[in-house]
Amino acid sequence: MANAMEIYQLLPKTNCKECGKSTCMAFAVSLLSRELTVDDCPPLKDDKFKANYKKLSDMIVPAEGASESGMIVHEDKCFGCGNCVVACPVNVAEDSLGAGIGRAPTSDKVILRVEDGIVRTSNVHDCRRFGENKILCNGCIVTCPTEAIEFV
Amino acid sequence: MVILLNENYHVCTGCALLCDDIEVVIDANVITEIKTACRKGVSRMKGCNDPMSPTVEGQQVDIDVAIGAAADILKNSESPLIFGLGNSTDGAQKKAIELAKHIGAILDDTSSFCQGPTLEAIFNDKIKSCTLDDVRNKADVIVYWGADPSNSHPRHLSKFSYFPRGQERQRGWEEDRTMISIDIRKSHTAKISGDKFHQIPLQADEEFIDALIDALSGKVPKVPFEYDPKRILELANIMKNARFGIIFVGLGLVYSLDNMDPIVKLMDKLNELSNFHLIPMVGHYNMRGFNQNLFNETGHLNRVKFEKGNNTKVQHGAEFSIVESLNEKKVDAALIIGSDPLSSLPRAVADHLLNIPIITIDPCETFTSRKAKVTIPSALSGVECGGSAIRMDGEEVMFEPIIETTTLSDEEILTRIMEAL
Repeated sequence: MANAMEIYQLLPKTNCKECGKSTCMAFAVSLLSRELTVDDCPPLKDDKFKANYKKLSDMIVPAEGASESGMIVHEDKCFGCGNCVVACPVNVAEDSLGAGIGRAPTSDKVILRVEDGIVRTSNVHDCRRFGENKILCNGCIVTCPTEAIEFV
Repeated sequence: MVILLNENYHVCTGCALLCDDIEVVIDANVITEIKTACRKGVSRMKGCNDPMSPTVEGQQVDIDVAIGAAADILKNSESPLIFGLGNSTDGAQKKAIELAKHIGAILDDTSSFCQGPTLEAIFNDKIKSCTLDDVRNKADVIVYWGADPSNSHPRHLSKFSYFPRGQERQRGWEEDRTMISIDIRKSHTAKISGDKFHQIPLQADEEFIDALIDALSGKVPKVPFEYDPKRILELANIMKNARFGIIFVGLGLVYSLDNMDPIVKLMDKLNELSNFHLIPMVGHYNMRGFNQNLFNETGHLNRVKFEKGNNTKVQHGAEFSIVESLNEKKVDAALIIGSDPLSSLPRAVADHLLNIPIITIDPCETFTSRKAKVTIPSALSGVECGGSAIRMDGEEVMFEPIIETTTLSDEEILTRIMEAL
């Protein structure tokens, strides 16, 4: 997953304010949180920044597919290994004798499960990254071998 | 031990893990949805893109005619080869052994250029092994050496080794388990092991094993390539303190060694100091089953030649492997069951197959079946026909068919060929 500094390095770094933000660094942070899109930076469309524009577009995947907790599953990268299903602390707490020990989920309350070889989400409100007491849990991100899971 | 199934669950035959917790949705005898299986399993269970039809010399024929033609080829052959069977049930494998005895064939499977040496060492009690359920319940140090299960056996880490909580490992991967990966490249599995990944040069496994044994013996480890000895000492320390260690041996390690001696030496040293086990990362879902069945019958796990008319005489040796028998052009007909040697063997070796009549028994069209004289379609085992198979750790798993079919199973086809002979 990209960080704000990596994004900033690819921006024009002129602080022109055309995007409505006061600095390019502020724009980078907005881009990371999907508040703005790459197209909101007019100078990036110059020929000079063509390569950077392409890199940024590949790096910042649109947030349309994101769940309410901000999770995006890149289906083309996922091969259904189920590491995230077994590692997710909510799945373990809700289904300790199913998903918790590596077997098929036996409870409806799990938030990750594998269907047709791809991980699917449900009950996203129970995700630890959601709600008032959210924490930056990364159980499903660090266990994914292909970086198929991302949070925005 | 035979693993019994929850009645709602099915077994996936996508790889040698034989995951036994798969739920399916069936609509009009077609599988429409598969739950819990990985992408590899899903693609197997959903069936072939190119199903094979019964043919003789490229012409579509009735199945009985194809079976008759196959029997004729085997009858007229002086030295037939039977190869494959990694994707067949135990029943079909036993039938194939019977057939090989009857016609005096050379019988081999993919293990002769795959995990054969490792399995041979385990069968002869040279190496301590355990079951995958033991790994889930007890293992605290897990080593993947020359293996990338994230791609070859996607659910290996999540179902058995690193991530699940077990009886003696209640806190799972976060605190109770350490995963180490030793490989020549940063594979998907190596990525998960983080700073416990040891990248070594190509063909350097033996030197690395020697250095590790030195480190385990309290000496300063030395390797002929640039590598920080502190990292080897750190690895040796983790392994020494393991309460239940397991090494998963992949093809990367097997291919880089001339024989099993370095692994046996390492396992002996580890077991002097701690408690270590080894499981080979078997690929095809019932390759270990074939080795086990042939071992029970003959005392050899692959590469055998039976003598026609003399059921008890069996020869064994490297010269009867598929590679050597094709290289030396020793065979004059080939019966290939559920395998695709023309794709998996080097062209120079597989060339001889193009000069001899081939019979293929397979659910799907393969490169080999396109060059075959006789093709006989079979039911997809684990989906269209049931039976039993042996998991990579030696446990027997029984399975029932999921959907109905009129296609004959491998076992039935081999029985019909035997009758025709």
